[in-house]
Amino acid sequence: MTSTDLEALASENGLERVGARPPLHRYLADAWRRRDFAATLARYRLQASMSENRLGMGWVVLRPILNAALFGTIFGIIMPSDTRPDNFVPFLVVGFFIFEYFSKSLSGGANSIVGSKSLVRSLTFPRILLPVAIVIRQFLELIPMLIVMMVILILLGEPITWWWLMLVPVMLLMTMFNAGIALITARLTVHVRDLSQIIPLVSRVVFYTSGIFFDLERVLADQPDLLMLARLNPVHDFIALVRGYMVSGNPIEPFMWWIAIASAVVTFTFGIVYFWKAEERYGRD
Amino acid sequence: MTDTATSRPTVIVDDLHIKYKTFASGKAANSTRALLQRQRGVRVVHAVKGVSFVAREGESIGVIGHNGSGKSSLMRSIAGLQQPASGSVYASSQPALLGVNAALLGDLSGGKNVILGSLALGHSRAEAEENYQEIVDFSGLEEFIDLPMKTYSSGMAARLRFSIAVSRDHRILLVDEALAVGDKEFRAKSEARIRELRDQAGTVFLVSHSMRSILDTCSRVIWIDHGNLKMDGDPQEVVDAYQASKN
Repeated sequence: MTSTDLEALASENGLERVGARPPLHRYLADAWRRRDFAATLARYRLQASMSENRLGMGWVVLRPILNAALFGTIFGIIMPSDTRPDNFVPFLVVGFFIFEYFSKSLSGGANSIVGSKSLVRSLTFPRILLPVAIVIRQFLELIPMLIVMMVILILLGEPITWWWLMLVPVMLLMTMFNAGIALITARLTVHVRDLSQIIPLVSRVVFYTSGIFFDLERVLADQPDLLMLARLNPVHDFIALVRGYMVSGNPIEPFMWWIAIASAVVTFTFGIVYFWKAEERYGRD
Repeated sequence: MTDTATSRPTVIVDDLHIKYKTFASGKAANSTRALLQRQRGVRVVHAVKGVSFVAREGESIGVIGHNGSGKSSLMRSIAGLQQPASGSVYASSQPALLGVNAALLGDLSGGKNVILGSLALGHSRAEAEENYQEIVDFSGLEEFIDLPMKTYSSGMAARLRFSIAVSRDHRILLVDEALAVGDKEFRAKSEARIRELRDQAGTVFLVSHSMRSILDTCSRVIWIDHGNLKMDGDPQEVVDAYQASKN
């Protein structure tokens, strides 16, 4: 039989092409039906990573604390300058904890497909669940991190206010943003494996441009164009919002909310569509 | 073959080509807008070169060929896990592949892999927990179920994977040497389970190097040689021709 005959025979008998990308709504419905898989995968991976180290879950909070201590020592004591905000230690702690959520979603997302090759090759399921599982895992790690962060802030003498509850919507928006980033990098590293070498560098660049250990508003006060550009960085705005609500002396500007909401919605939507478009590619090589 | 020649087709493989690209130093976005025009160490392996056939309800098809002939690539492609370079595969329902390299997550315990495997196959959380004991019993690995799967021997891992995969009924089943690693007792148990699935289901593909089990269980045999379909037909005839070619 020729190729056209076979194709006709297939459609005559209602056979569907295997591995074909379903329409977006069906794809998402299928992924939603298997949401338990993503949630369970995230939980099990978290447990497995905990059992590998002696301190287990402790490292989730120890890492940002040690980072904050290192940068606090270098830039707060050894090289003090007037770009440091007055309330430097809580400023630094919030910056590190919130940035950690972004950087881990970025690196985890980049690795989510290429690092689960055996799973992708042996089971058929919507691949979107893999980067989603990464973000779920980071979210599960975020909860103890936020609790420790609050304890540190209280110990440092920050007053507890009702404004602290604003952490919830800010973190939800950031989760959407991180999920979008994870989906985009998950597909990009499939196309260009070399990107996984650059991801740590990208993470560093975002780190230095998000004003973790210095106040962007002060550093760039006499360069309005650069300041404008720095404000457009969503990670900076998520961190600034958390600082604004939890650390005294950090004013909140309306533009922070606009950029946070817009970046969350745009990145998340674009990430889903962009990832779905290449669904057929993920089993390859 | 007369009884099945008119029954409904379940799998149609249409001029299927599979290529693997292996790179020594990197991988470009794609060939038309490559990041770097010149790439070193690129090698294209043409694993399957234009295979076409139609499989119908009630058939059990043996797939034979020497190592590296493209059998496993063909099976993975039918299961939708390997995208063809050109050509297509049509199926009446999602085919399920039982393969030896169907690795799960090595860091997690066997028990957790059972749950994850069930969920990935499309079971709900409740169903996965309900099936759990049945899967563990079938695998016979009760005492090792809490150990990480990376500590399992290849036979143990294959048993567990097989047990997970057959916990769900499949209309189209692809068995890729999944039985070769198990011990005799487990092989008998799993062959019985395959026959059971074949009776309920439409079509079973069996990749094996054991001509005995091919002749025992198959109603049709496909011989793949260097990525080409060399012969397709009655089991005894194809197996005889295959064995004659080796000598």
